[in-house]
Amino acid sequence: MARMKFLCDAERCIECNGCVTACKNEHEVPWGVNRRRVVTINDGVPGERSMSVACMHCADAPCMAVCPTDCFYKTEEGVVLHDKDLCIGCGYCFFACPFGAPQFPNGPAAFGARGKMDKCTFCAGGPEADGSDEEFKKYGRNRLSEGKLPACAEMCATKALLAGDSAVVSDIYRDRVLRRGKGSEAWGWSTAYGKQGEKIQERTQERSQAQEGAK
Amino acid sequence: MKTRLLTLFALAGILGLSACGERPQIVEYKQGKYQGKADTRPWEAPAFKGDKLAWENALRNRNQAQNEYKRVD
Repeated sequence: MARMKFLCDAERCIECNGCVTACKNEHEVPWGVNRRRVVTINDGVPGERSMSVACMHCADAPCMAVCPTDCFYKTEEGVVLHDKDLCIGCGYCFFACPFGAPQFPNGPAAFGARGKMDKCTFCAGGPEADGSDEEFKKYGRNRLSEGKLPACAEMCATKALLAGDSAVVSDIYRDRVLRRGKGSEAWGWSTAYGKQGEKIQERTQERSQAQEGAK
Repeated sequence: MKTRLLTLFALAGILGLSACGERPQIVEYKQGKYQGKADTRPWEAPAFKGDKLAWENALRNRNQAQNEYKRVD
């Protein structure tokens, strides 16, 4: 098995936040901590794009490089995990991470008051015994050891968020793009509202111009 | 006198420049070694009891279930 990865198809993501809810529910993540979130670019503007973001389980993870207590480790499947017993809550990983994945239960507090770092575990728990209560309390559910994929991806209604073996995930995406054919037209805004919406806009403009002319 | 001054300036220049060595300016981050508890591998959990092949098949099925084109066919 190759490396585990997430892939979010921006053409399909409808910003429903189902992935965020699934994650919070599955792991009983405390208030204020969001292991996953949906980022929208050009929100409210036709052609807006949304993308679900969490820990990307980097091949060369910067959080691992900066951690002063070396609490991070990488599993054989390429999942970046950490030992909360070692974490001192310094926040270096938060500053190093380009995706803002590391979260702290006490939010932006002073050094030592932030609490233990919490982040997406690719539903693979932590170093505690698999499926144990201790693991659940510290890291959430270990779905990977149950032969399941992360809850966020499996819950995604439009299958915008894909997770799993990177080779398979990229195959699915490639297949999708080829079948899509017309690029962004098969899915997303222009399919839902697109040309019809543009025509309506044109008609309203014409009407307002005509009204102005009559005045 | 002139030659003396010139040599003095040249020597001062050489001395001054000798401090400007070309050293790499990029910080090299050394990957730390994990200090925490050892973790078991996912197929070693009670659900699969060390059967890596069964675990991989379970994940492969789940992976393919994400492709709705395959599910429809």
